[in-house]
Amino acid sequence: MKGYNFAYLDEQTKRMIRRALLKAVAIPGHQVPFGSREMPLPYGWGTGGIQVTASILGTDDVLKVIDQGADDTTNAVSIRRFFARTAGVRTTTSTADATVIQTRHRIPEKQLRDDQIIVYQVPQPEPLFRLEPSRIESRRMHSLADYGLMHVKLYEDIARFGQISISYDYPVMVNQRYLMSPSPIPAFDNPKMDMMPALQLFGAGREKRIYAIPPWTEVRSLDFEDHPFRRINARRPCGLCGATDAYLDEVVVDDHGGRLFVCSDTDHCAERRAAGHVGTDGMREAAE
Amino acid sequence: MAYVTVKGGEQAIDNAHAWLAEERRGDRRIPSVSLEQIAGQLGRAVDRAMGEGSLYDRELAALAVKQAQGDLIEAAFLLRAYRTTLPRFAHSEPVDTAAMRIQRRISAVFKDLPGGQVLGPTYDYTHRLLDFGLTSTDDEPRASEGTEELSQMPRVPDILGHEGLIEPDIKGDAEPGDLTREPLTFPASRDVRLQALARGDEGFLLALGYSTQRGYGGTHPFAGEVRMGEVSVEIEPPELGFAIDIGDITVTECQMVNQFKGSKTTPPQFTRGYGLVFGFSERKAMAVALVDRAMRAGELGEEVTAPAQNVEFVLYHSDNIEATGFVEHLKLPHYVDFQSELQNVRRMQTEVARARESVEAAE
Repeated sequence: MKGYNFAYLDEQTKRMIRRALLKAVAIPGHQVPFGSREMPLPYGWGTGGIQVTASILGTDDVLKVIDQGADDTTNAVSIRRFFARTAGVRTTTSTADATVIQTRHRIPEKQLRDDQIIVYQVPQPEPLFRLEPSRIESRRMHSLADYGLMHVKLYEDIARFGQISISYDYPVMVNQRYLMSPSPIPAFDNPKMDMMPALQLFGAGREKRIYAIPPWTEVRSLDFEDHPFRRINARRPCGLCGATDAYLDEVVVDDHGGRLFVCSDTDHCAERRAAGHVGTDGMREAAE
Repeated sequence: MAYVTVKGGEQAIDNAHAWLAEERRGDRRIPSVSLEQIAGQLGRAVDRAMGEGSLYDRELAALAVKQAQGDLIEAAFLLRAYRTTLPRFAHSEPVDTAAMRIQRRISAVFKDLPGGQVLGPTYDYTHRLLDFGLTSTDDEPRASEGTEELSQMPRVPDILGHEGLIEPDIKGDAEPGDLTREPLTFPASRDVRLQALARGDEGFLLALGYSTQRGYGGTHPFAGEVRMGEVSVEIEPPELGFAIDIGDITVTECQMVNQFKGSKTTPPQFTRGYGLVFGFSERKAMAVALVDRAMRAGELGEEVTAPAQNVEFVLYHSDNIEATGFVEHLKLPHYVDFQSELQNVRRMQTEVARARESVEAAE
């Protein structure tokens, strides 16, 4: 784009961010402060992810942007356009074709490869913030690996509700050292982070933190021996493609209790339907 | 009803933006407002956009105000997003507000003082009666320019300083911190705190400053001095070795003089709260000075109990560009998370029902 550098950020800024990324990769799960820039998109709308993506993007990269698992949600559209405009890179909706995937709130269903990078948009990088609002304190707790507070919270959940009540942004332990927010992905997606072949990068623009999980790193969702971690998902197949192993969105279809459950990962669903898989609602739709 | 996926996001965004442009323009029979009109006649709006946008440029700020339809936080956001693309050449020498070309200068602690009290273009003492004379676009009455030369106006804390009644000003030759380049870390030094306050939201700082007056971290403030006018900005390029003047800016400075009973190591003396903001923005300069002093509670050995004294709390929440982004991001889709919460609540309700049934069966 005229008047702007490739992928918007100037090279000095990109270098600063890459240095933070290298440090983050070297200390998996540790939050690295960085000089987050003011982006032309609002804070809280993916500025961290955008800065990370801008710093790693090359001319031959293929970018996929998803929000809630979908390529066609408005903010995903907006971010994809931003990079198409400022970097001129090729964009795709296909998980398999992408070299860089920027995401908000989901990990694609398809297993990522070691030649791909996934960039998470992170609203609140501090996993302890609900328990300890002061960053001075929480930094100290991380440095001492003092995570008792979180274990007590989970224990109290079990005591009160009989189960852990966190359903998204479920805290994980990275490489047996740092407690980390996986970003507000559903707990359903947590196991995908463990031993992922792809590099996972996390950008929090407003909070000015970057962190990372290198490929093939152990990522464990916090739990107890007698209360093992459980994924949460609707107990039915996707209405359109019949998938039973994908995370489902619930769509309200009428005002008397009608519901349709469909894959939140739109690319996954479309690919399955193209391959001939049909769900019960898909069949009804075809018959109508 | 068949399920229709929410497609057409790109087209919808384009349409929404076209509608926005249409709405911004308004009735086309009425001439479009010019940047000169905004800069000249809505000066306080432009000042606020420059201050919170951290960019001193009246023309760009007027453009931002126009583009944002007068939404000043949006205008500040536009300026910040532009500013961040500009290279940083240098940092200025501290501006010398003692040498300010004064338009307004008042002190609430001395009835008269060298240079006198200069009211300047103030709303103070106006009766807040809607002036229906402004509804017409006829020429309004002009103010006549005085002939008297203003004399030297030493700053009030300097006057107090000669007697050792107020703590000395901090002197620092180190390069000041810059929040727009380095992330906030704690403990945050005073230069960084003042930068954050200068960029901070006027409403938030006003409320925090007000809270200190109502007992939440009181600082016993006196408005030692408020002054507004033009100051020269100088930079010292390393290759030159001396300072050069790069232009003038209008700023408002407030020096609060606060009571301090002293500590084990410091004798009783007055302490300072300082506020400096772009343009004419007295309300904000005063609020900044109150909050600056409140945040010094820790270093002065005062008990830290109130929100305005909590440096971390103030600095993390004063930036309205960060705040508006994050508050408004709740508009973005959250259905994946909401779905997991739905399933979770359903599961927990089932558990509760099952537990209740088993209790009843046992009875």
